[in-house]
Amino acid sequence: MDSSRNPRHLSLARRESLWAYAFISPWILGFIIFTIGPMLASLFFSFTEYNIVDSPRWIGFTNYVNLFHDDLFWHSLGVTFKYAVIALPLGLVISYLIAVLLNQRLAGINIWRTLYFLPSVIAGVAVALLWGRIFDPKFGIINPFLARFGIHGPGWLADPDWAVPALVIMSLWGVGGNIIIYLAGLQGVPTDLYDAAKVDGANAWQRFRYVTLPMTTPVIFYNLVLGLIGTFQYFTEVYVLTNGSGNPARSTLFYNLYLYQNAFKYFHMGYASTMAWVLFLIVLAFTLLIFRSSDTWVYYEGQLRGR
Amino acid sequence: MAELVKSSPRVNVFGMQGQSFLLKGITTLILAAGAGVIMIPFLYLLSTSLKDRDQLRQSPPPLSPVAATTVIINGQEEPLYQVTLDGQSRQMALIKNRPGGKGLFVDPASPDQPYELVIAQQTPIKHVEMHFENYPVALQQMKFNKLLINTLLVTFLGMAGMLFSCSLVAYGFSRFRAPWLNVLFILLLSTIMLPSQVRLLPTYVLFNKLGWVDTLLPLIIPQFFANAYDVFLLRQFFMTIPLELDDAAKIDGASPLQTLLYIILPQARPALVSVAIFHFLYAWNDFYEPLIYLHSPEHWTLAVGLQTFNALYAVNTNYIMAASAVMILPPIILYFLAQRIFTQGVVFSGVKG
Repeated sequence: MDSSRNPRHLSLARRESLWAYAFISPWILGFIIFTIGPMLASLFFSFTEYNIVDSPRWIGFTNYVNLFHDDLFWHSLGVTFKYAVIALPLGLVISYLIAVLLNQRLAGINIWRTLYFLPSVIAGVAVALLWGRIFDPKFGIINPFLARFGIHGPGWLADPDWAVPALVIMSLWGVGGNIIIYLAGLQGVPTDLYDAAKVDGANAWQRFRYVTLPMTTPVIFYNLVLGLIGTFQYFTEVYVLTNGSGNPARSTLFYNLYLYQNAFKYFHMGYASTMAWVLFLIVLAFTLLIFRSSDTWVYYEGQLRGR
Repeated sequence: MAELVKSSPRVNVFGMQGQSFLLKGITTLILAAGAGVIMIPFLYLLSTSLKDRDQLRQSPPPLSPVAATTVIINGQEEPLYQVTLDGQSRQMALIKNRPGGKGLFVDPASPDQPYELVIAQQTPIKHVEMHFENYPVALQQMKFNKLLINTLLVTFLGMAGMLFSCSLVAYGFSRFRAPWLNVLFILLLSTIMLPSQVRLLPTYVLFNKLGWVDTLLPLIIPQFFANAYDVFLLRQFFMTIPLELDDAAKIDGASPLQTLLYIILPQARPALVSVAIFHFLYAWNDFYEPLIYLHSPEHWTLAVGLQTFNALYAVNTNYIMAASAVMILPPIILYFLAQRIFTQGVVFSGVKG
């Protein structure tokens, strides 16, 4: 390279770097103030007794020891896993199947897509209140419907055995968000692959099994990881439906709800921080596990185009 | 893909056309059935929001807001039935219950001549009765206007902050070379997977120290510091805008900031609209953070206000449903206006380039 141009080239590169850092500085600041700083602070809090009013008092591993002897901690973990084990696979499979159907070339396909995505844009308090009424054994619509077939429906949200399944059903109504992401993935499958498969004589099922499915594993993977994290954050619906209690018989005391109770009902900030960090480690472990296993089942055709 | 090669062309009874036609028909049927199931909760919401106290007590609840039709007999309001009398179908009022599931029916035209009939064999006459007044009553009870103002403040000020900060950051990540920039980008993406609880409590303590708890600030200010989702989506879109445009601007003496303002942002309008809409939906529906930060009713957002309204007046299902219907209306309207973004995946097509 021409040495006389080198210093100028360097200064240009440095200027470009400075511009880059200047432009991303809002995020760097935010990352320090709202992410890494609080993370370290909550790690510190987890070793203290802290009620917000008095300053934190160092108590070593006491919170962690107490947590492992806390029945409600294990119970809330169990409730969360129970929900995750039913809702995650069910939601992933159903939303994938719907996305495949919505990816067909059909007359009026946009109308169907619009209807299927609709519930996912209104997630939150109103939806929880609505489903609370729908599950009402007497004035709702599910049990009277079951009664037509001679089935005596359960008490749903009032029944400790049926409260979590009821929440799963409710979550299935809002899988539109997953469908959107799957649909984007399905539309990203290059059509020449299908053409090639057709030339090779593959039927519809074979095209799905050997082209569509492998090509969309990255989005399945994405939905799986985010779904798992979402399950551990599950809060609004169960707070609204139980007024923050996690009843009946604590059957809906999700991990995040128990954490909330400790932090903002009893103001055990230290203990709640311990719960937050244990949650973080659990989610991290599962995410790494999924990432590890992804080598065997996720197929990447190529990385996203760089510059 | 080697497995595909072996299978030979098959004989198809329907022929290719017929098979795809049948398949499309079945697909449409399945989609229609599913869409029907999806719409039922909306119908239930609307119908319940229009019922009065008596209509709410109907079990099983009819899917439309119907009420028993009545007539005045001797100054008393009596339910009207379609009865079969001597093989003729007539409208008669039930004036008195008798033992054995029977009742006394009279013709409203000649109320002095009662007939004793089995009630279960007659059909009550119903008519649609919609109580639109539930809406103003519910909105007034929950102090909707104040809640709406707070929600709009949080939503739109936050949106402004998000668009401002995320545009800058996405531009920085998409158009420049700098040491560690890729590492920082991966760090940014990894925050998507970070459970929010792990940073929530100290953030609460920080805002508490600042005296911002029970104000809208904790819900708005963090938006000015960018977030991973929106930066990622905007960056992916920015990368599809040809670099030649930047170069041309540079030759004309534009600074990087001017290039962002006059070249990139106008080109990226679809992506900006998308992230703005996603932010609206997020902020409008958000419950957790408003719940922990906003204590006094005059600062509540709609989500918190609606939850509290339900906790206090749960028996008034009709009012709760009316308020819920109003709360979900803006997202639904926005959704229908911006359908294309959802159904065609404008942002994601940006990803593909």
